[in-house]
Amino acid sequence: MSDDHSSPEYIEAAKKKYWKVFWVLMFGTFITVAMYFVYFEKMWQTVTVALLIATAKATCVAAIFMHLWGEKKLVYQILYATVFFFIGLMWLTLWAMNDAPFMTEWVR
Amino acid sequence: MQATTTEKTEHTEHHDHHHHDIGFLRSYVFSTDHKIIGIQYGVTALAFLLFGFFLVLLMRFQIGYPGETIPVVGGLLEKLLGDVAAEGKMQPDLYNAFGAMHGTIMVFLGVVPLAFAAFGNYVVPLQIGAIDMAFPRINMVSYQCYAAGGVIMFVSFFIPGGAAQAGWTSYSPLATVIPTNGQTFWILGMVMLITSSLLGSVNFIATIIQLRAPGMTWMRMPFFVWTQFITGFILLLAFPPLEAASVMQLMDRLFDTSFYLPSGLVLSGQPVTQISGGGSPLLWQHLFWFLGHPEVYVLILPAMGVVAEVLACNARRPLWGYRSLVYSVLAVGFISFIVWAHHMYVTGMGTKISTFFQTTTMIISIPSVIILTCLFISLWGGSIRFNTPMCFALAFLPMFGIGGLTGLPLGFNFADLLLHDSYYVIAHFHYVVAPGTIFGLLAGVYFWYPKMTGRLMNEALGQVHFWASLIFMNLIFMPMFAQGMAGMSRRMSDGGAVYAAQAEGMVNEGVIGALSASVIEWNKSITFAACGLMIAQIPFIINFFWSMNNGRKATDNPWNATTLDWQTPTPPPHGNFDKPIAAYRGPYEYSQEGHPTDFTPQNQPDPVKS
Amino acid sequence: MEIPYTTQPREDTGLYNAKLGIWLFLASEVMLFGALFSSYILLRVGAAEGAWPHGLMNIPIGTFNTVVLITSSVTVVLSWAALKLGNFKRYQKIQAVTVICALGFLGIKTTEYNEKFHHYEIWFNEPMTVAEHPNLMNQSFVEETTINKELIGTVPSLIGHLNYIDKDGEKHHAGIAWTLATLKEKEIEEIEFELDTFHYRIPARIQAQIKKSGKYDKGEHETIRVQVSDLRRMSAFVPAHSTFFAIYFTMTALHALHVLAGAIVIAYILWRNNKLWKRDPERYTNRVEVSGLFWHFVDLVWIFLFPILYLL
Ligand code: HEM
Ligand SMILES: [Cu+2]
Repeated sequence: MSDDHSSPEYIEAAKKKYWKVFWVLMFGTFITVAMYFVYFEKMWQTVTVALLIATAKATCVAAIFMHLWGEKKLVYQILYATVFFFIGLMWLTLWAMNDAPFMTEWVR
Repeated sequence: MQATTTEKTEHTEHHDHHHHDIGFLRSYVFSTDHKIIGIQYGVTALAFLLFGFFLVLLMRFQIGYPGETIPVVGGLLEKLLGDVAAEGKMQPDLYNAFGAMHGTIMVFLGVVPLAFAAFGNYVVPLQIGAIDMAFPRINMVSYQCYAAGGVIMFVSFFIPGGAAQAGWTSYSPLATVIPTNGQTFWILGMVMLITSSLLGSVNFIATIIQLRAPGMTWMRMPFFVWTQFITGFILLLAFPPLEAASVMQLMDRLFDTSFYLPSGLVLSGQPVTQISGGGSPLLWQHLFWFLGHPEVYVLILPAMGVVAEVLACNARRPLWGYRSLVYSVLAVGFISFIVWAHHMYVTGMGTKISTFFQTTTMIISIPSVIILTCLFISLWGGSIRFNTPMCFALAFLPMFGIGGLTGLPLGFNFADLLLHDSYYVIAHFHYVVAPGTIFGLLAGVYFWYPKMTGRLMNEALGQVHFWASLIFMNLIFMPMFAQGMAGMSRRMSDGGAVYAAQAEGMVNEGVIGALSASVIEWNKSITFAACGLMIAQIPFIINFFWSMNNGRKATDNPWNATTLDWQTPTPPPHGNFDKPIAAYRGPYEYSQEGHPTDFTPQNQPDPVKS
Repeated sequence: MEIPYTTQPREDTGLYNAKLGIWLFLASEVMLFGALFSSYILLRVGAAEGAWPHGLMNIPIGTFNTVVLITSSVTVVLSWAALKLGNFKRYQKIQAVTVICALGFLGIKTTEYNEKFHHYEIWFNEPMTVAEHPNLMNQSFVEETTINKELIGTVPSLIGHLNYIDKDGEKHHAGIAWTLATLKEKEIEEIEFELDTFHYRIPARIQAQIKKSGKYDKGEHETIRVQVSDLRRMSAFVPAHSTFFAIYFTMTALHALHVLAGAIVIAYILWRNNKLWKRDPERYTNRVEVSGLFWHFVDLVWIFLFPILYLL
């Protein structure tokens, strides 16, 4: 934490921000549950909406509560690598599962 | 570093200097000193390597002489393990258990702890000029988790039904449906070992990033530190998926879930109806190999690092292409995460995805070749000292070369369809890990032994150890290539006798005999060579213990090396350096012009320029 | 000699050791939960048509727990801010709320688990037809459902509470997590099932539609008697029930373990570590910050778990 992030004024301002985020998260939760009662034609629409809201909430937590906003470069580098590998794991696994060899689709 | 130490004089509660008056337990068993922990790891890991080797020796006998009583230890086995070793003969179940545990023990209890945890713990803080690891207490817990994992694995041999039998890869459904408890122990042991590795890797990475001495910039770090750094990241990010996978397998075994059990599963002709099904056996394979492939780089990178140190020092030459080495090792670490499914070509992958993995596999071989090439070129024009560590390091190069090059056909899906699960694969990866990694690590043991104990190991015994090991290793593994290409499968407790072309009376009905007598005959010679390899380790074991008290006394820097680990007292005191240390130059300034000696230590300031 | 940068950040990285350490640890946690999320997607995408259960979760409880966890997250960061301002008393008060929230979350989760363990699903050898057993389905529900009449028309399985009939014809409540094997072991030949008709395999959002229309009358639990020999399989809502419950229990239990660990650490720092505050307030604040980072991560995981397990 550099100095400007430790001054009393900064912290006082940050406290206000934390409360704001709190209400945003509450609202996000409300919306998530509310969307549950909205009927979408397609499954992927439901999934997209749910994950978009969740991602928005998660971003708030990470950026403000975890101070990622304005965090040091090193932390970002570690997280970039992690996200890259996570996406690799998920995407390649799913791809592999869905790419059946020629004429064997019926097996699955 | 001393200059930047905080002004605080107050000590925090886990500050444990006064090493001398805190008793045996605190200083050797529950120590938080990285050097002690390193040695704990090293000794435990060497013991497990020996144990794993012993298991495979018994297996080799069974392969060479199927169904015959094991000489010398057969009776003991029967006493210890009961029916599976009735009359001192190895039953197929026992063979399976030994095979699975040989793989597990060698990889997770032997090589990783030795290469990463032991050498990393002992050498890395010294080489970067740190007084200890960043989190000493976590370091201690990490060792304790490892020890607990080791105990669990070891105990599993003696429970009813014996140890895990589904191979070190533990593929489900097989691993799930085996009714004995060995697999459950295996999973619990693995969870402990994974936890240990995670704690260790957090510690290593934080130490390397935060505790480098003043002047120890990234490009001045010894190559060994770089390899440990990347290894740390691999462990950190590749192990958790296996932890998740293990937890799911544990759920399958203990709570009858179906993560890895498909619908419509039929076991021994009986449909399984009381499970929900709907799981995916391939899910396990993906998660396992997501760790499994990076794991092979965990096995090899630290060994490469050791070899680089030993090579540069004993060739009295700077490493050739230090930067390319560093970038290559970074590239290897990165790409190693996206090649894993080359282990799964035969599971029925589509052309697109297998082309993808084939491509990344070929790409990752490029940085490996660069590393090997740089190491070879570093020898050019050197004045090489052929001492034992150097011999092992030199042997590493061609051995790893053989292992690596024979891996390429396995990376091509069309070739792998034939070679998969044959003895060719066994030969390939053993060239990488046995005469490769193990030789690299032995070089490290001989190299750093004087730093750890204050005495050098005996050269004559060392040379015997080296030459005998080199010869027997090749006698063991070279014929396996041929056996594999002739069609011999791995994991067969009779060494393929059931598939013999003309063996009288042994041909099972319905089995098409295919293996010629000469191919099977190799089994015997390999078994003899394996015994030879065991005998060849005796000089090493003697040397290891004898030299502790009787070896030639070592100076602080017996090899005239440049890196910081040699610029401390031998053995290093608690806190590592008796005076503030800083780096002023690159790690390998050997035979520099204008210097009185043929080595310029990293902590030697440049003469003041006018 | 002291290990450097335990309190002060190192100049070139800008971080103190523990902060770097926790971020590295969180990176590995991302991969741990990431693997489980991937498995969830894979199992779900790979599930046979209609095999993935819907609407078996208690959404009000889940929502409430989400709110509890979010509250704890803001108290964690506020308590850290109080420390930064040097106000230890205030920190203690706010952080105590965190610990209470954590325990509340775990308590609620426990009751939720318990509720699950008492629900059963039975699968028949031959699907039952609603026409023959009109009391199988809540009629208003059947009429109102616009989708997939066939699915409603035959019933491959039922969900509800399990009673069993002993040899003397008396009725008893069944225990937790019984299976067919348990029934056979106890030589039970007939069971009585209190139907939970609404908990049927209808996509949750459609259930919600019907509920909203107000036509759904929950009514009394209908009961039905079934011969054990007609059953193909029986399972409580335990991990073995389906891949859905398998991943649900695995993920939430692992998450709950993280909550527990986080709560222990936070409580330890709060009540057992005060001497450090007197001696080295900055270091103490760092500890609070680091444990807070872990806590937020746990919160963050839940933010994803809630929609994918309860709502989708
Ligand atoms: C140095 C002497 C060694 C010998 C003679 C040896 C021999 C063998 C043999 C014959 C097998 C095949 C068993 C079968 O397929 O039935 C095997 C499997 C294996 N070995 Fe080794 N090995 C040695 C060292 C190592 C080392 C150092 C490692 C790892 C670092 C290792 C890792 C493995 C693994 C992972 C397997 C596969 C186990 C399985 O099929 O699940 N081995 N070894
Ligand atoms: Cu691989």
